Amino acid sequence: MTILVIAEHDNKVVAPATLNTVAAAVKIGADIHVLVAGQGAGAVAEAAAKVAGVAKVLVADNATYAHQLPENVAPLVAELGKGYSHILAAATSTGKNILPRVAAQLDVDQISEIIAVVSADTFQRPIYAGNAIATVQSNAAVKVITVRATGFDPVAAEGGSAAVESVAAAHDAGTSSFVGEELAKSDRPELTAAKIVVSGGRGMQNGDNFKHLYALADKLGAAVGASRAAVDAGFVPNDMQVGQTGKIVAPQLYIAVGISGAIQHLAGMKDSKVIVAINKDEEAPIFQVADYGLVADLFEAIPEMAILA
Amino acid sequence: MKMLVAVKRVVDYNVKVRVKADNSGVDLANVKMSMNPFCEIAVEEAVRLKEKGVATEIVVVSIGPSTAQEQLRTALAQGADRAILVESAEDLTSLAVAKLLKAVVDKEQPQLVILGKQAIDSDNNQTGQMLAALSGYGQGTFASKVEISGDSVAVTREIDGGAQTVSLKLPAIVTTDLRLNEPRYASLPNIMKAKKKPLDVLTADALGVSTASTNKTLKVEAPAARSAGIKVKSVAELVEKLKNEAKVL
Repeated sequence: MTILVIAEHDNKVVAPATLNTVAAAVKIGADIHVLVAGQGAGAVAEAAAKVAGVAKVLVADNATYAHQLPENVAPLVAELGKGYSHILAAATSTGKNILPRVAAQLDVDQISEIIAVVSADTFQRPIYAGNAIATVQSNAAVKVITVRATGFDPVAAEGGSAAVESVAAAHDAGTSSFVGEELAKSDRPELTAAKIVVSGGRGMQNGDNFKHLYALADKLGAAVGASRAAVDAGFVPNDMQVGQTGKIVAPQLYIAVGISGAIQHLAGMKDSKVIVAINKDEEAPIFQVADYGLVADLFEAIPEMAILA
Repeated sequence: MKMLVAVKRVVDYNVKVRVKADNSGVDLANVKMSMNPFCEIAVEEAVRLKEKGVATEIVVVSIGPSTAQEQLRTALAQGADRAILVESAEDLTSLAVAKLLKAVVDKEQPQLVILGKQAIDSDNNQTGQMLAALSGYGQGTFASKVEISGDSVAVTREIDGGAQTVSLKLPAIVTTDLRLNEPRYASLPNIMKAKKKPLDVLTADALGVSTASTNKTLKVEAPAARSAGIKVKSVAELVEKLKNEAKVL
């Protein structure tokens, strides 16, 4: 039994979610190989070889894999994956884009966003926005699985010394091409990797008022998120959205500011270690999941907290 | 060009579901059902492309129980031209649904297929990608913008950390994200008109598709409940608790 983990990267560095995915592979318990598909991704392969628990790194270096286009990467993974017992990828926008395509090519059902490994063929995953947890068993020859990063503590990025092997296969479906990318630039930590997250909701009233959250976040070294209501109202971009339809986070400390606590938002943050809710409506459902609740006007409380914290 | 839109009947997004006592699934008896929100966005996008003169015909398809005809009628009222129900009582996996949709794609030969990125019941986020793989088409998942020009479509996608634009040769598959558009409410005249639009009912057998699955759900449980903590009286008390009690600051 050997597991193939698809490395998530930008051709320069290994994304942290890869370490959580390897952790899930360790729980399954088998030899772990990591596939780095990209272009000029030598540094990624070297970093992947150092990840604790990894036995071998496969590198497919080709221009067709530069932007992780699923039409080109999925055939590669399906071809290499046939000899493996499991294929794992992080449930990120990249993993979610590629892996179902791999599963369909291998004619097996995929298991999405596992949060726990019960045994080598049985896994737990949330359904209905996390309002129910399904235990799912797979009898597929190759089990194709995406891993929710917050369900598994990451393995160490250093300590391993895996062999690096290159793979010649070049797939170019010719059906898609990369046009461009606009990545939000920020000095703050990435939402899904941050130890502290400060999120704002409809109670922020407008986008400009998010400056109060940024000030607090910079004091705490935190990332800034938002509820779907704040995104729908146009206060902030969608990549800040925490919830069932946005990002799933589980930081040490989650501070929900002016967020009522809709089911779909709770689905994205309820596994946080400590939850703080600040809302002027004392009936807001968010208080039912908060470890510490403060009924207050956020425009007074947040600046004060930025000074005291 | 012809467009195919796939829609799913799911528990209404406002319903808080409960797990059945025997852990066999969630209790769907007497629960309000609606069209999956991402599918509504898919129908709306197709209707807008028709209003722009890009789409000529919109075929809406659902794989599900006979009651899914309600959601197909909703899509027809939104502006789709005709509907197909592939009737199936059993709970199908995404791969089985993708195979059935592939059979419909083969029959209808649409230039663009639009689906929701995920259904809010199973939360799988698989069907569009699987249909793309089975059809050999390019895929633009989690779309926030769709622009057709000539024989290709430019899709701007919501990705972690920002947006990415890809160009796909037609025919292609698009899955919708939240910000693609805001679906309209159907007007009463359109709801009346929708009742007269054609709706064909097929079966999986008639399409010659096997819906066997490699997955089996063993049990469904309620998640570990999180209990409410305490209310603090001031910011100073909150910061003190976070530092000394929770030790997270």
